[in-house]
Amino acid sequence: MAKRIDVSGLTAYYGSHKAIDDISMTVEPRSVTAFIGPSGCGKSTFLRTLNRMHEVTTGGRVEGKVLLDDEDLYGQGVDPVAVRRTIGMVFQRPNPFPTMSIFDNVAAGLKLNGSYKKSELGDVVEKSLKGANLWNEVKDRLNKPGSGLSGGQQQRLCIARAIAVEPQVLLMDEPCSALDPISTLAIEDLIGELKERFTIVIVTHNMQQAARVSDRTAFFNLSAVGQPGRLIEIDDTERIFSNPSVQATEDYISGRFG
Amino acid sequence: MDISTQDAPVPPPAPAPSLEQKRASRGATRPGDRVFLGLSRGSGILLLVIMAAIAGFLTYRAALAISEDEANFLTSFEWDANGTPPKFGIAVLAYGTVISSVIAMVIAVPISVGIALFITHYAPRRLGGVISYVIDLLAAVPSIVYGLWGALVLVPHLNGLYGWLDDYLGWTGVFEWQGGAARSLFTVGILLAIMILPIVTNVSREVFRQSPQMIEEAALALGATRWEVIRMSVLPFGRSGVISASMLGLGRALGETMAVATVLSPSFLINASLLDPGGGTFAQNIASKFGEATPVGRDALIASGLVLFVITLLVNGAARAIIARRKEYSGANA
Repeated sequence: MAKRIDVSGLTAYYGSHKAIDDISMTVEPRSVTAFIGPSGCGKSTFLRTLNRMHEVTTGGRVEGKVLLDDEDLYGQGVDPVAVRRTIGMVFQRPNPFPTMSIFDNVAAGLKLNGSYKKSELGDVVEKSLKGANLWNEVKDRLNKPGSGLSGGQQQRLCIARAIAVEPQVLLMDEPCSALDPISTLAIEDLIGELKERFTIVIVTHNMQQAARVSDRTAFFNLSAVGQPGRLIEIDDTERIFSNPSVQATEDYISGRFG
Repeated sequence: MDISTQDAPVPPPAPAPSLEQKRASRGATRPGDRVFLGLSRGSGILLLVIMAAIAGFLTYRAALAISEDEANFLTSFEWDANGTPPKFGIAVLAYGTVISSVIAMVIAVPISVGIALFITHYAPRRLGGVISYVIDLLAAVPSIVYGLWGALVLVPHLNGLYGWLDDYLGWTGVFEWQGGAARSLFTVGILLAIMILPIVTNVSREVFRQSPQMIEEAALALGATRWEVIRMSVLPFGRSGVISASMLGLGRALGETMAVATVLSPSFLINASLLDPGGGTFAQNIASKFGEATPVGRDALIASGLVLFVITLLVNGAARAIIARRKEYSGANA
């Protein structure tokens, strides 16, 4: 299920603007890796290159390699649609399909894949909602629209939708930044459970969150506005927050950035 | 503006406003506000008065005509409103109006939605702009020009299509063709489709353009192809907008006069086949008969206009009901 991600020499552009420059890192399976860094340092852009979502923005293109176990996601003849089916994503703002019921939202990915049995659909939806710690709250209103839920519930619905297709990797782009502290806690607990089954990469602006949920932390920075973002260092979370090897990381996590 | 007022000390908190001040705050006492209030209120009232006057006039004249009608107004196939006694019914006109508009919708709406999706989600930005511009031009063509083009170019060129329809679908009876000139309700439908294409396309395009990016990305990230993104997020989001766009188009198709009058060879018959000449629409019938109508004949035409008005109201009401039924699932709270 969970696979290792190996990135080497990855550079991403928006048109002629270089957004991130020459990033290499390894993400271990069944672990949580957090990306931290100031706004504009390219951590979200980098996250979006991992499931080939970067190239759907106008002018977005990528150089370099992203290996999922041994398969290059940017290799010749690789279908980006197939890549996105194996690498799930959760976004900053909860985005359930507003025209679909809670049930259909969770089933949406399976229906896209086309390989499901009608009888199994209900089981998968229940399992995914339980996996996202949402089942007890919605089991009596599966046919109601997903947009009627609270923000935190909607975000867990989006997580259920993402894990329903059993992805190899789960990418989360600031999944709690639009949520209140209690909903945030619920999502963080969930991340702890999900890492038993999935490789998780999470972008966050909240350093406490990175310290709480992640095993490894990567610090990104940019030398000046308009310059491409770079990976400064990646290490065990404990080390990054106690004794980082680069001064810039220490400055950032202790609030003396700039 | 006097700049020194910026430095004026903050006034002490005002006491509870008196009745006089409340009126002032509603803006009714300052001369400028009073004039504007009077103008806008007056315009609103004037609109209602004009509407009431038209409706009253139409209903009154229609009632006069129907009371003299010797035939059944709703079911009769005759139109002899100038005769003594006058005999007229709107069955043929209602049929022709509805059928030609339905044909126009069936042809125009899918094509319009396709063009709108192409402009917003497939075409490179520049090409999309060019197509939008051409469609705007299409909307600016006067309807009489469409009528002339229809009669002189479209009608003679439809023989091939009519023959094909007769060959393959003639057995249904609906597409049976006797071989006459293609001045039928079907041709009128095609022409109306071309005429309503710009408005349906433009409104749909604006709706699709507003389709929320984050919902489209949700579908993409699940591994949806471009068409699946459109099916999962763009079309459901745009559904009520497309219905509104279609209703605007339908309104135009129902009331179109000159183009229909130029192309159709009218008669007071309902043919089983859509391809046979004959039939008529409300607007076309009024335009072609009004000049030589007797006073009772004119009232009869006015009565038929009232029926068209009622049909339009019913269609709009139905559209609103469809939109309201899906409100809970609309993209409005996305």
